[in-house]
Amino acid sequence: MDRVILHSDMNCFYASVEMLYHPELAGRPLAVGGDPEKRHGIVLTANYPAKKKGIKVGMALWQAKQACPDVVFVPPRMDLYLRFSRLARELYSEYTDLQEPFGIDECWLDVTDSVPLFGGGRKIAEEIRRRIKLELGLTVSVGVSWNKIFAKFGSDFRKPDAVTEITRENYRDLVWRAPAADLLYVGRSTRKKLATLGMLTIGDVARSDPELLHSIFGKMGYILWVFANGEDRTPVSPESYVNPIKSIGNGTTSPRDLEDNDDVRTVIYLLSESVASRLRDNHFVGDTVGLWVRDNGLYSFCRQQKIGTPTNISDEIARHSMCLFEEHYPWTVPIRSIGVRMSGLHPDEYCYQLDLFSDVKAREKQFKIDLAVDSLRSRFGHDSVLRGRMYFDRVLSGLDAKAEDHMIHPHSYFESGDRTGTCRIMENLQTYE
Amino acid sequence: MSERIGYKVYVDVDATFTSDGGLLPRSLVWEDGRRYTIDRIRKIERCASRRAGGAGIMYTCLVSGREIHLFYEENMRWFLESKL
Ligand SMILES: [Mg+2]
Repeated sequence: MDRVILHSDMNCFYASVEMLYHPELAGRPLAVGGDPEKRHGIVLTANYPAKKKGIKVGMALWQAKQACPDVVFVPPRMDLYLRFSRLARELYSEYTDLQEPFGIDECWLDVTDSVPLFGGGRKIAEEIRRRIKLELGLTVSVGVSWNKIFAKFGSDFRKPDAVTEITRENYRDLVWRAPAADLLYVGRSTRKKLATLGMLTIGDVARSDPELLHSIFGKMGYILWVFANGEDRTPVSPESYVNPIKSIGNGTTSPRDLEDNDDVRTVIYLLSESVASRLRDNHFVGDTVGLWVRDNGLYSFCRQQKIGTPTNISDEIARHSMCLFEEHYPWTVPIRSIGVRMSGLHPDEYCYQLDLFSDVKAREKQFKIDLAVDSLRSRFGHDSVLRGRMYFDRVLSGLDAKAEDHMIHPHSYFESGDRTGTCRIMENLQTYE
Repeated sequence: MSERIGYKVYVDVDATFTSDGGLLPRSLVWEDGRRYTIDRIRKIERCASRRAGGAGIMYTCLVSGREIHLFYEENMRWFLESKL
């Protein structure tokens, strides 16, 4: 029997939450992004009126302003968005325990076993759509199908606030006529290669010879063919199987170029404090520190390192980042931007092996200091308590590091390995031939 | 003390935590400084308020014979939608 899978996608998620909290801006173009005054910041999400004026995700704020002079920028409030993401998942969990988040605003639900109880995939999808609008004040678009790929296609097909069902009867009309790029994992280069083979639509891919795709894209070729034919068997993972947040990071373009290690240390501390505080807010510790650097030319690099003891302590994150930096940056030219990121996240109650040399008491003290700073800042503002080093250069340390927390990274479809069933499908094909 | 943001008015609320884990508002202090007793709670449901801007648990309450919507927001503050 076919599975019944929903893919629910909250429309213009960050912007929609902000619209809910700013009723006075109803109907006006709005974009969520960093601080426009301080030369850093890109558009993270825009609402529909802003999109209509040509504002796109990833645009620099000044570009967005050019495209649409009356746009209102609001700085991101990640905590608020995470709260709404959690509320949506609570609501989904009333229908199934098989729910798998894909980024902060998307989720697959396998409701196969709930169908007898609630009556049909479309009915459940409509109910979810209606309830999210009423209870959370947000709109979702929901796709319904027998596999995850077509369900996701369905949620993109009509939006906002809509349900699209992709059935065995209509998929040739709805899915196969769509451009190949609408298929999950067909990026720009894949699309170009497909186009040179004369494959412009998903249907072209589906009707092609899988061996031809294999000869060009390797194993991914088979997978594309399976996706296009609706044969993907990847299961929806049970609830809480994966964390919706892969990493927490913060990057910034500084108001002036960074000239030496001291400059870099100031910015790294600033970023690490905000990353650590965000980890604590969300009850995570991380076991991998990542550093991203761009110099004032075109060169940029990314390094990450697993650390002995998972942490959410500002000082530890800053020290590890600084080590990474000193190890990898030769100081040929000044630096324009830096980012710090923690990944390998675990819940903070997670038990881990302390390494032989770490001083438990000292760590606890550091942690308590961080918590005290968090609570001071939440009551009296970020600048109410600062490290001494921040006073050496108030231009650098005046950056609002919290404003750009947007590095919540979406999941990869294959992070639990290839569960598409492609191998078996290909074997069967060959047996039949 | 109440605090107003547009049509959203945060208010002081006296409430009871019941033994089974419920939360029931008993009275609230409106902008005019007067305390209003909640005579009855008609409905408790999740709801967004587009007028005030926000979402939470909406208590439909009877106060002096009239129905009001009192919201317990996710940030653990209570608010009312103002008509004006
Ligand atoms: Mg979305």
